[in-house]
Amino acid sequence: MIRRFAVFLLLLALGSIFVNLLMGYVPDSELNLTARYYAEHTAQDIGAANIVTAIVITYRGLDTLGEVTVLFLTATIIGMVLSQGQKHRALQRQLPPSGELLTTGSRLLVPLILLLGAYVFLNGHLTPGGGFQGGAIIASAALLLLLTDPLRRFSHRLISVVESVSGLVFVASGVLGILYAGGFLDSRILSTGTFGALFSAGVIPVIYSFVGLKVGAEFTSMLTNLAETEQS
Amino acid sequence: MDWIAMGTGFTLILMGLYGALTNRNILRIIVSFTVADTGVNLVLVAVGYMHGRTAPILDEAVSAAQAVTRIIDPVPQALVLTAIVIGLGVTALMLTYAYKLYEVKGILDISKCKDLKW
Repeated sequence: MIRRFAVFLLLLALGSIFVNLLMGYVPDSELNLTARYYAEHTAQDIGAANIVTAIVITYRGLDTLGEVTVLFLTATIIGMVLSQGQKHRALQRQLPPSGELLTTGSRLLVPLILLLGAYVFLNGHLTPGGGFQGGAIIASAALLLLLTDPLRRFSHRLISVVESVSGLVFVASGVLGILYAGGFLDSRILSTGTFGALFSAGVIPVIYSFVGLKVGAEFTSMLTNLAETEQS
Repeated sequence: MDWIAMGTGFTLILMGLYGALTNRNILRIIVSFTVADTGVNLVLVAVGYMHGRTAPILDEAVSAAQAVTRIIDPVPQALVLTAIVIGLGVTALMLTYAYKLYEVKGILDISKCKDLKW
């Protein structure tokens, strides 16, 4: 009872803070200094039509590298924790076959989902989307395959090869930025090209494609690790 | 518009915290954390919203020259992109530990875990 009361008090305090914030909130009518810089300089300096992508990959590229590292660590730790003390148990019960709709539907949809994922991360610098979103879409294809056949196993070797190669390409293009352009993760080591074309914005499409592959591989490895714990 | 989004975000944060603090089942706690996480993202996106402006993507509709007066703040969106990805990683880790807890102890109720309690 006392705990409920304490929780209630805490939420009341937080809620009053939030209400205060909401009442005092005045939406900006002008872009602030940072946003104004990005809005003015992205098109001519970076050549990316999607300003968010230019921020994520070039202006704040180091943060994205950290983010990708966190994801990699998460996938690794999940694999480590789940594989610990894991005995390969034999199948204890027969799984019911997945339905006709799911089987046929996944056969039709998986290639389309993979295609959409590749489209989303290849056009990350032009349209909404990018490596993280595309990677998540690719992993959803893996999820669909696992739903259709829970005992399907993806090759761990392939996943880890894709993951490490993509990570290496990301870091290598960052280091090339020190040598041939303004600094670490500067995207202008390739020409910025015509604004709005697929091959433009320097190395951004390359980096985002590999981020997409890496994120897709990491999510797939998380899904696979979780699926393999199933003792069915 | 931004009021609605922001109010919803704050409400989601409070709901998530309430769920995480009052529930004892670890799976429900994880779901509550996800709800609070969504609320935080919603508030962050709403902060970047500006009336009468469009998404920070330059094309025929918004040329580079008029970008400053036509687009909303792109920085919160980049931040939220990071936050969503990290939130997914945190959720996946929590679920893994919940699975491990269930495997080792056979319980999901965390009030029954007293190993570190004295």
